[in-house]
Amino acid sequence: MFGWHGKILRIDLNRKSFQIDTPAPELFHKFIGGRGLAGHFLKDCITLSYDDPKMPVLFFTGPLVNTPSPTSGRMTIMSKSPLTGTIGDSSVGGSFGTMLKKAGLDGIIITGCSDHLCGIEIFDDKINIVSARELAGQTVSGLNRILKDKGATAVIGPAAENNVRFSSIVIDDHYAAGRMGLGLNLASKNIKYITVKGSGKTLVADPAGLKTAGEDIFRLVSASPALMGDYGISKFGTGALYDLMDARHMMPTHNFRKTRFDHASLMNAPAFHQRYAPTNTGCRGCHIRCKKIAEDGRPLPEFESMSHFSALIGNQDMDTVMTANHFCNDYGVDTITAAATIACYFELTGKHPATENVIALLSDIVFQRGIGEQLGKGSAQFAENFGFPQSSMSVKRLELPAYDPRGAYGMAMAYSVSSRGGCHLRAYPVSHEILRKPVPTDRFTFAGKARIIKLQEDVNAVADSLTACKFIFFAATLEEYAKVYSAVTSLNISGQELMKIGERICYQERIMNAQNGFTAKDDDLPPRFFKESKNSDDEKAPKPINRKDFLKARDAYYVVRGLNENGMPTREKAEELGLLAS
Amino acid sequence: MEDILKTYLNKMARNGLINDGSALLGLADATLDWSRPDDPACKKFAPLFDHLNINALIFAKPAEPYWTIINYLARTSVGPITPNDCETRTFLHDLPVAGNLSTEALIPILQHRKSAIVKNHGIVTYGTVSLEQPFVTFSSVCFACFVKFFSDLLHDAKSGHLDADKQNIFESVTAMLPSPIKKNPPALSNGPFTRESNVLNAICQTGKQVVDLELVDSSFGNISYCANDILYISQTGSFLDDLKGYIDPVPLDGSSCAGMTASSELSAHMAIIEQTGCRAILHGHPKFSVILSMDCDVECCEHRGNCHKNCPYDRDVCAIPIVSGEVGTGPYGLCRTVPKALHDRPGVIVYGHGVFTVDDTDFNRALHKLIDIEQQCRIEYFKKFLKG
Repeated sequence: MFGWHGKILRIDLNRKSFQIDTPAPELFHKFIGGRGLAGHFLKDCITLSYDDPKMPVLFFTGPLVNTPSPTSGRMTIMSKSPLTGTIGDSSVGGSFGTMLKKAGLDGIIITGCSDHLCGIEIFDDKINIVSARELAGQTVSGLNRILKDKGATAVIGPAAENNVRFSSIVIDDHYAAGRMGLGLNLASKNIKYITVKGSGKTLVADPAGLKTAGEDIFRLVSASPALMGDYGISKFGTGALYDLMDARHMMPTHNFRKTRFDHASLMNAPAFHQRYAPTNTGCRGCHIRCKKIAEDGRPLPEFESMSHFSALIGNQDMDTVMTANHFCNDYGVDTITAAATIACYFELTGKHPATENVIALLSDIVFQRGIGEQLGKGSAQFAENFGFPQSSMSVKRLELPAYDPRGAYGMAMAYSVSSRGGCHLRAYPVSHEILRKPVPTDRFTFAGKARIIKLQEDVNAVADSLTACKFIFFAATLEEYAKVYSAVTSLNISGQELMKIGERICYQERIMNAQNGFTAKDDDLPPRFFKESKNSDDEKAPKPINRKDFLKARDAYYVVRGLNENGMPTREKAEELGLLAS
Repeated sequence: MEDILKTYLNKMARNGLINDGSALLGLADATLDWSRPDDPACKKFAPLFDHLNINALIFAKPAEPYWTIINYLARTSVGPITPNDCETRTFLHDLPVAGNLSTEALIPILQHRKSAIVKNHGIVTYGTVSLEQPFVTFSSVCFACFVKFFSDLLHDAKSGHLDADKQNIFESVTAMLPSPIKKNPPALSNGPFTRESNVLNAICQTGKQVVDLELVDSSFGNISYCANDILYISQTGSFLDDLKGYIDPVPLDGSSCAGMTASSELSAHMAIIEQTGCRAILHGHPKFSVILSMDCDVECCEHRGNCHKNCPYDRDVCAIPIVSGEVGTGPYGLCRTVPKALHDRPGVIVYGHGVFTVDDTDFNRALHKLIDIEQQCRIEYFKKFLKG
């Protein structure tokens, strides 16, 4: 096969056995790879508990990985989320996906549970399960120093070992599969780390065609202000969004009680760059290189972490943001949920960064000490225990990232219907509502947004399955990526046909969530966004979302997505998408 | 939805893209709405929404002279039409042609490209986000075909391949060209501007005038003005004749990333300000300037095909320098060529792309120069054509 190896490694930790599956090529064509293919292998187990030994943890790459395709060095990690109970997946960068392909694999499926803390080491076709007892409690950076000769790394930190529900898996020391608590999925199987090193190549059907298709994409990327402009993410990282969000009254401040942060101009990306003089790095196979590493080796925070560890929790100290971000990365915690849970705690207790040391709180969460034991379950559980569930700013128990939905109604819709909860990446309407790409849309209307969100969800499902970086879709479209896909795989397919696969992938996820009891009542925003803010002292602050309009748009989304009025999948649509027989 | 459909119908008419009421616009959310719901063509196009993952569609016969040009190119093209201008190269890639209006003919084309030219019928374009996509694509197709038509026929005239058919079509198209632009348009606000409100008004006023004069379509250009160490620049994807609220203030000291939504030519504007000391920058894509920028007399050039990236020759037309350069900041970005070429000159043409003009006070001289360059290029084009 071109693009794929056609090989999936199954690891059974109960039996300490390995097996190579070679599914029919049609399965790869049907789900592409990454998120699509991982979802296919998750679906039969989705009603099990996240820590059931039979629950798989899946690492899947796509056909473009380990080829010269633009921004193709990513992969998907998937299981059932310990935090939300929904499908739990994360697209992550670094070199792990590329190394997996170099080792001749398209994906890994891990089931069972080791009887002691272990590591999995893959070197081409050699697979070893080794004891990692002595590595218990190791930080991410400490572990990476130990594993430095073993290729790409996927590790968990102490947070996962201590049962924190929003613990992460970190790739190559810096690239976090942060959301959904996937670190706890690995911990539940007693896996401390996985390394992979390979030396093989991925066959490309039409190298010349790939070069031409790649050049078309590079040209579009160069023309994108958001990506390659003087103030774009190539230069400043995703933190470049910080000023825009504040200027558009969309910066979640004090747990979404305000929409602008008084200190924003002093804590923006240029300020971070001035203080920490970072160098550029990026995922394997990417020329945008949005990851920024400070002179002292600490990563600069991504936009969401930068915003939530400043505005959301009311912190005015830049170094606290840096330290909190680094701490979360090193101890294996999702920065968004961590900051949002602390913001919820501050709101409910009246505390704030001046009275409470943020780093100490994070440490309490990681080591499950004192209040940290409650906070380690996430804001939804904490707020429920406190008797004020509405103070958790989450959707399906996943805390919202740093875009206030009152300032962008497409984002409001995208948050509410996302298959993994309060996630900005499934449809990423910021692209058109704020960054004006591919064209601008009116951010204060629901008109037309249901279909836009559905279509963009399908596009991003394809991106996560190829696997390519979603950011490049600020500039390119599936029209260009279809040419890349065809050149790599030899399959003559259009962008429109790829979108149909994206639709299948999204619907499959919707089916899995339905099997776990998720319905329309879960496709909703926190009540705060529909009510007049009592604390808003800014005339320009966005108005509350009209609930009637929101519900009407959500109903429209159900129609467009082929769901029933309760947001549930239908047999007819599943059949149309080929999801019944598989 | 009705309001949105009307807005885009008006935009198409205002830009001279359509001149009758036959344009059909469709916009889908949970339901599909049409600009003319009773038109029988709705039934013909509705299946496209079922078979393609789209939410917006435009079908229209473009206004003249575009329609004669496009139909001629569709009739004579073997395979897709392949203009060499920057819009096509960067965004459209090529312009496929359908033999008829059936869904069987359109779907295979629209699965791969953003537009289909349908022989003897018109242009179909679609979007996955909003009607703005098919509108901009429609406008780009008209522009690209215009440029290709006049470029090809000039080449044919110079190489002795102008047959009777081509001569006839050329004459009928040129007879339909709009009159040359008045050399002395209404005066714009006098600068220099120091107050932000004056800067913003001047930019909006200039953008509107550029479109009103039919120098360029509304989505083909950008404008900036520098005052108090802030560069005020039109946003990416904004319309020149509707810039109010779509201008980004970008501090020259780099203390904010608010310019993230600025025009994709922000880097060029910043470099021009830095290297020339001017205040006002006007950039547009007037057609004859673009056409002549691609007319090169060097024979058997080893760089042919890469003229937009890297041309080693010092070229000019009517004493206006022509430089290479692609959109944005890449290794061949026009931000690396245009500022240098503007030293001691009020204007420069970028190969296959458009014109930059500047001034150190306000937009009056920049606009006059833009008009002047386009007029000179138009006159020079016909001189060259007749000379053969």
